[in-house]
Amino acid sequence: MQEILPYLINGISVGGQYALIAIGYTLVYGILRLINFAHGDVFMVAGLIMVYATTAMPMYLALPLVLVVTVLLGFLIERVAYKPLRSAPRMSLMISAIGVSYLIQNLAFYITGGVPQPVTNPIPWISENVELFGQSTKRVTLVTPVLTILLVVALVYLINHTKIGMAMRAAAKDFETAQLMGIKINAVISMTFVIGSFLAAVGAMLYFTNYPSVSITSGGMPGLKAFVAAVFGGIGSIPGAVVGAFVIGLCEEIIKGLGYTTFSDAFTFALLIVVLCVRPTGLFGEKVTDKV
Amino acid sequence: MSKKQTWFVMIVLAVALVACLAVDLMLPSYHIAVTVIKKAAVYALVAVSMNLLNGFTGLFSLGQAGFMLLGAYAYGVLTIPVDKRAGVYQYFDGGAIHFSIPEIFSNVLGDTVGTTVGMLAALLVGGILAALVAYLIGLPVLRLKSDYLAIATLGFAEILRAFFQWNALGPITNGSNLLKSYPTFSHATPYVVLAGVMIAFIVLLIRSTYGRAFKAIRDDEVAAEAMGINLSRHKRLAFVISSFFAGIGGGMMAMYMGTIAAAPFKSTLTYEILLIVVIGGIGSITGSVLASFLYIFSSEWLLRGLDSGTFLGINAPDLFKNGFRMAVFSIIIMVIVLFFRRGLMGDKELPDIPNMIRGVGRRKKEARK
Repeated sequence: MQEILPYLINGISVGGQYALIAIGYTLVYGILRLINFAHGDVFMVAGLIMVYATTAMPMYLALPLVLVVTVLLGFLIERVAYKPLRSAPRMSLMISAIGVSYLIQNLAFYITGGVPQPVTNPIPWISENVELFGQSTKRVTLVTPVLTILLVVALVYLINHTKIGMAMRAAAKDFETAQLMGIKINAVISMTFVIGSFLAAVGAMLYFTNYPSVSITSGGMPGLKAFVAAVFGGIGSIPGAVVGAFVIGLCEEIIKGLGYTTFSDAFTFALLIVVLCVRPTGLFGEKVTDKV
Repeated sequence: MSKKQTWFVMIVLAVALVACLAVDLMLPSYHIAVTVIKKAAVYALVAVSMNLLNGFTGLFSLGQAGFMLLGAYAYGVLTIPVDKRAGVYQYFDGGAIHFSIPEIFSNVLGDTVGTTVGMLAALLVGGILAALVAYLIGLPVLRLKSDYLAIATLGFAEILRAFFQWNALGPITNGSNLLKSYPTFSHATPYVVLAGVMIAFIVLLIRSTYGRAFKAIRDDEVAAEAMGINLSRHKRLAFVISSFFAGIGGGMMAMYMGTIAAAPFKSTLTYEILLIVVIGGIGSITGSVLASFLYIFSSEWLLRGLDSGTFLGINAPDLFKNGFRMAVFSIIIMVIVLFFRRGLMGDKELPDIPNMIRGVGRRKKEARK
């Protein structure tokens, strides 16, 4: 137990970070039926901005700035790259998402010069070491799950009990009818991107404190894994995404603990394929039938 | 196809081949033009194979990099000369395989012919391996729809990559170390001819009854099934054939690169090829080929200056620094994706070009009136 404990603790922490990204995927997919391939890169950009901002200004300015810029980026991506394609086939939308991901990575390469940007203790308080069950760990591993749960509870409240939340649910249920009922669909979609990017920014701040540097491809893997988490939990369902993310985070760390680090990424995709084949709607997803 | 169109196609292909031969005869093999033609030929083949799946069958698959990886590794593993294996597999006691296909053939057919035949055979083995794996992957994955299919194939490509970097397979794949010292073609023409022959096969396939069935599935699955097309069989067929050619493309990529590692076969490679297909026009073979050459030509050669300080005579080292080329490039791609969704060719092919040009001329004349 003593040997596996640090991996379990890490797993819960990583799971929380994946959960924050996964919500962005699941919200967008719920409404637009689009895998937002650029979401992982938004996450990466948030990490980069954190690195730049925390070295240039005091923390109480830097962290809000990271949130604001990331949210703006998410909003802009939707307006520029997805909105013009509302009536286009789904494949075009997905290609556009891949194009955006490519664009963000190349722009980031240009700005950073292709050099991974070192993360030098951006938020000192959460990088401090604390004792937990006799194990020494960074405080961020404790903060992450708590913060994740708090944010998810707030989000669920927003979706179930506010007007914009109701509009989001309506849009997810039936895009066109929601429009006919007077819901401003563009505002609702923008809102989902704003929420998704906000959570991704929080996730990035927590995630990258554990890593020595942010490189332009750092967003790809966590992004894909978070997407798998969203599918595993049933895409479109927020609790599903969170549960899926924690499961994946835990499994991954346990596999690393067993000494198969090469396969920790492969496992995630194997899980995805098994889930898709056995229960394509995921743990909490609703069944969708094809309309002819 | 009318007689005029046949002539047009023949002439275009002949001119392309002659141009390629001329480049080979006049320029040294390290010249940038030779590199561009080689790389573009490889990308053209892979882009066409992807187009067969995404454009003609309507299966949105993102596993291309994985199948290319299989082809590349199969080629490298089978063609490294026996006496160089100890050096290449230095961490794995010279590896587990102690033969080299080109050497086996050159014992029988003589040195030059034998090596070439052996290299082609190794490419073919790579293609067949990719096709076999595609068959197995297809069993569960092809039941999925659109974006789920995309993400599952992407996932499989990542799993394959993890396997090839696994140290336990090191005696064959050399773990996370490079495979090198295998024979390659140094001239551009072999690449162009090989890719051309493969693409010709794909064109023939698309014009056959199978191709028509693929298009029917793309346009409407339910209707195609009602017409008596066996959906799962045809999807599997398209997937396996596309992967076969991706595998061969991967082998050629290995030849072009000179060394093989798992790292270049990331999902970024698949995205790049997908974007080439989009630039050329989803559903146009000619478009994919043209776009590959354009893409590689501008990214490797034409826009080089954007990275190194001077472009079009403007000297601005602060602006034109490393990475600017790809940034500009991806903006162009986004413009195409958003505003010119049909790409260069839409769904038109090479024989349609004379009519397209004439059509533009006629429209201009009418506008003048």
